[in-house]
Amino acid sequence: MHGKALPYLLLMPATLFLCVFFLYPFVLVAFEALTRDGAFTLDNFRAMAGSWKFPVTVRNTLLLAAIVVPIQLVMALLMASVVSRLETGRSAALYIFAIPLGISDLAAGLIWLAIFDQSGFLNTLLAHLGVVDRPIMFLGYQSKLTIFIAVALAEIWRATAIMMVILVAGMGLIPKEYYEAAEVFGAGPWKRFVRITLPLLRPSLQTAIILRVILAFEVFAVVAALGGTNLPVLMGETYNWQFTLQDRNVAAASALLILAISIGFTLFFLRVLRVPKEARI
Amino acid sequence: MSAVTQTPAAASADARKAGDWLLIATVILLGVWVLLPIYLLIVNALSSPEQVTAFPKRFFPAFDTGSLSFFINFAGVARALWNSVLVATLTMILSIGFGAPAGYALSRFDFPGKGTFRFLVLMTRAFPLPLLALPLAVMFIRTGLDDTAIGLALVHTTLALPFAVLITFSLFSGIPVELEEAAWTLGCTRLQAFRKVILPLALPGIAASAVFAFTISWNEVFAAAVLTIENRTLTAFLLQSLGESPLYLKFAGGAALVVPALIFIFAVRKYLFAMWGIANR
Repeated sequence: MHGKALPYLLLMPATLFLCVFFLYPFVLVAFEALTRDGAFTLDNFRAMAGSWKFPVTVRNTLLLAAIVVPIQLVMALLMASVVSRLETGRSAALYIFAIPLGISDLAAGLIWLAIFDQSGFLNTLLAHLGVVDRPIMFLGYQSKLTIFIAVALAEIWRATAIMMVILVAGMGLIPKEYYEAAEVFGAGPWKRFVRITLPLLRPSLQTAIILRVILAFEVFAVVAALGGTNLPVLMGETYNWQFTLQDRNVAAASALLILAISIGFTLFFLRVLRVPKEARI
Repeated sequence: MSAVTQTPAAASADARKAGDWLLIATVILLGVWVLLPIYLLIVNALSSPEQVTAFPKRFFPAFDTGSLSFFINFAGVARALWNSVLVATLTMILSIGFGAPAGYALSRFDFPGKGTFRFLVLMTRAFPLPLLALPLAVMFIRTGLDDTAIGLALVHTTLALPFAVLITFSLFSGIPVELEEAAWTLGCTRLQAFRKVILPLALPGIAASAVFAFTISWNEVFAAAVLTIENRTLTAFLLQSLGESPLYLKFAGGAALVVPALIFIFAVRKYLFAMWGIANR
């Protein structure tokens, strides 16, 4: 009897914890988003969508994800393939590539602020090269495009590592024999990559893309550090509704929207990149 | 005649050599892409306030502690640092305390409900968890947990717990059951066998995942900024003072966030890939 109860006893703390701090807040956030003063209403969503900033906010967030994630996917694939072909210094290269994993998004924003700031390193470089005679204001309220580029670069810099790590782990599972066989039949490196690595990497690609896309919709501190309020994104607006505008219900509606988009994309990628059971290694 | 037979071989050797150089060049380029921005932040942090705001900038640190001492002595910073350490330590204890038993149960027992639990854990990966801080803010005010280190640590534990469960699960799975069974036949109780046989073997990995949980909490921005007012963590402090704080304070603060993170990542580098590889299957 003791043996039967033991696993449940061991799981209980974690399960209870997740129920109270993961499932219950979900119910709460949905409830807050759909009510105001105790009555069911869609007003919170109307207030959110009615704000003049809302279309820009959604556009910025989606555009950022649409630009950043594909570039990161390519870079992560490049990093992973390069590392897997390296004979010496493999673990050092892996460690260096993985460093941004441990760096906070706020710190990443500040790192790129050091580069893009008016008295920053990019302007210094441009001045040394004689391209500009006066430092350019990259992050002013009038230069939305450069803010966008700076945020995109910081995001690419920060979060490529997480995809790379998943892909490296996935590449390690592909049997070497496949490559040897392909080489015998005369397949070049590119062909081997397209015909063997990519198809067999599909489960890892799926995980990496889903994780990264969700993180992309959560972009917040990088934007706050680089653009302030000049580049509104969904998470930042949610924060604004909660604090600057002191409206919990609309903040909850905004949070629910981010959740809905995240779940929508998760299901989309689960379907598009699904791997049949028989095709798994 | 011999020239004809030699040429293809020589050409392929040349191509291989060129390929090797390309490989090394790519690795170096990617390494510079990762390290250079961090270096530039450190240059700023190690310069005097005047040098940080001056233009053009130097590309080498002046090893002046002006910015750093300004940062440390700035009102609220020492406390924010202490709060960050406190919250991260609590997160570490909670996530290992709840996660490790669950990981052990998953690795050693087969029982109804196992699949459901794993699904619950994996589901947390598909949601932007920091958003849950919004509804929890209300709950915490009712229960008196608002603006406390433990309240924030509870939210950070939802972020770190899934990792702790999955990592310890794979750790315990890697230790043969036979070792435990041998201890039982020699008269150990289940608890004794765990403490004397399994724990020593699993300890380094558990320590690594504890460091990992610490880093997750140390780096988190959104929930920290939502849930703390007086007892702000370093990330919350830096975020909320972005608008008014001078550049040198931002860069010194950024460095204060990055340097410990670099040390943590270095400390767990051996486990990094195993952890992310496993945690995201």
